[in-house]
Amino acid sequence: MSDHEYTPKSKAGKWFNDRLPLLTLANHLTDYPTPKNLNYWWTFGGILTFCLITQIVTGLTLAMHYIAHADMAFESVEHIMRDVNYGWLIRYIHANGASMFFLAVYIHIFRSLFYGSYKSPREIIWIIGIIIYLLMMAAAFMGYVLPWGQMSFWGATVITNLFSAIPLVGEGIVTWLWGGYSVDNPTLTRFFTLHYLIPFLILGLVVLHIWALHVPGNNNPVGIDIKKPSKDTVPFHPYIVIKDGFALLMFMIVFAFFVFYAPNILGHADNYIEANPLVTPAHIVPEWYLLPFYAILRSVPDKLLGVVAMLSAILILAVLPWLDTSKIRSAVFRPLYKQFYWILVADVLILGYMGAMPAEGLYLLIARVATAYYFLHFLVILPVLGLKERTIPLPLSITEPVLGGSPNMAMAKKKESKLE
Amino acid sequence: MSDKKPKRRDFLFTASYAVGAVGAAAVVWPLVDQMNPDASVKALASTEVDISSLTPGNTITVLWRGKPVFIRRRTQEEIAEARSVKMEDLIHPEKDEDRAKNPEWLVMLGVCTHLGCVPLNDKGDYNGWFCPCHGSHYDTSGRIRKGPAPWNMEIPKYEFVNTNTIKIG
Repeated sequence: MSDHEYTPKSKAGKWFNDRLPLLTLANHLTDYPTPKNLNYWWTFGGILTFCLITQIVTGLTLAMHYIAHADMAFESVEHIMRDVNYGWLIRYIHANGASMFFLAVYIHIFRSLFYGSYKSPREIIWIIGIIIYLLMMAAAFMGYVLPWGQMSFWGATVITNLFSAIPLVGEGIVTWLWGGYSVDNPTLTRFFTLHYLIPFLILGLVVLHIWALHVPGNNNPVGIDIKKPSKDTVPFHPYIVIKDGFALLMFMIVFAFFVFYAPNILGHADNYIEANPLVTPAHIVPEWYLLPFYAILRSVPDKLLGVVAMLSAILILAVLPWLDTSKIRSAVFRPLYKQFYWILVADVLILGYMGAMPAEGLYLLIARVATAYYFLHFLVILPVLGLKERTIPLPLSITEPVLGGSPNMAMAKKKESKLE
Repeated sequence: MSDKKPKRRDFLFTASYAVGAVGAAAVVWPLVDQMNPDASVKALASTEVDISSLTPGNTITVLWRGKPVFIRRRTQEEIAEARSVKMEDLIHPEKDEDRAKNPEWLVMLGVCTHLGCVPLNDKGDYNGWFCPCHGSHYDTSGRIRKGPAPWNMEIPKYEFVNTNTIKIG
């Protein structure tokens, strides 16, 4: 991994490192050569690690007070809010932490889309990332069920019923998932178990994600391959550590705003009503981070095809490195792709908004057009664009245009700063 | 590979893998099957409901196996409406005569066949039920007429114990 051999200075360190090379690993991580032009969009990897650790620590402490039983879950959550010392704080951090986690992961994913970070040789990093994203959605969904409010119960009913769309075995699978004939106590206990397990699976995948990243090294805003280490790189510590740390502080301000000033704004009031299997809330909506996919589900009038469309919308990302035929990574040098990129961003935001609205009339029509465009972007526009687009010539290195004053690079810089 | 004749050792390998696979499957099955409904859940199979106080045009909802069951005493207009529908107009063609043996009483699972929400009474374009989750419309026989749900609402097994009592399950 590291280009130079490392020997610990102290005798004890050398003795330990010869038996377990942890110090070599630590040295690799601090010296790790990083492109010197990384912008703030690159700080979300560190922010996401912070989010994961926050969720694990707050989740662990909440589990000391929560009772996973259909008769007691709702009350135990209220008990946490009212009686447990700082219970309100820990729960609000955990609940809003899930939203912050998704906010960060969406920025992280769209960073990759803009700068082509998913392209060769980084496909495996990207695919591991998509698996992490899927696990995050599973963990968030199951976590939302645990307070056993009305949205918990009916959200669980609707999502588990998605499996009933599978021909022949669908109903059997749903009964198996439920452990009964409806969402009930057996469902709650198994969701709690899995909700506890998944973050640790994510943690393992994050290690693989970073390992896979450290093989080719970071992509960068210019998107060209660079020599490592060279004039184009800086060591991870202290340069990136400081930059990541500053971005994390900014992020924590946003996080703290939600926790302390608007802790329920991202949730639904219906979830403060205890689960009632006889009454469905008038308007069922998932949490905001799942809304675009929910809109896709609802925009297809057929049950099975709706589920297929929703799953495809996520899984299509896994094959993105092969759908995008362009060899140029960064959108800075792809004038047409850059426009389609922003249309896609708008399209996903529109889908999210439509997912929160009732599925009727104009809302439904817009959701259908946006769904069609989403697939059009990945299945038609990206493959064709890579073959047809006239790209801007790439600079030879990150340093050269700054010193040599290449006009292309100056333009790239200007556009870059507009983005930030 | 293909030129070589299979040897005694190849046979042993294949046999070992096969036995190992059977053994692994035998261990995995209990771990999978433990998630299926257990004996105590299955034991709650039937419910008896007193319907003596129900007047025409009203519905009561009872819980059976954790799911709501609608028991509706239909008016003459509702029955006439349900029975006059042409089969070719239905998404999931079923005769009202088959769904409600005693035309005055409609007993069905109050679960939308789309994604399992509880539809609302006396709502929707067909005077029957309307599911607020994703907009499925059901008629006075509980048959799907419009929206994403694929089937009519399910009729559970039930019988009249006497004129005032229905046993579901």
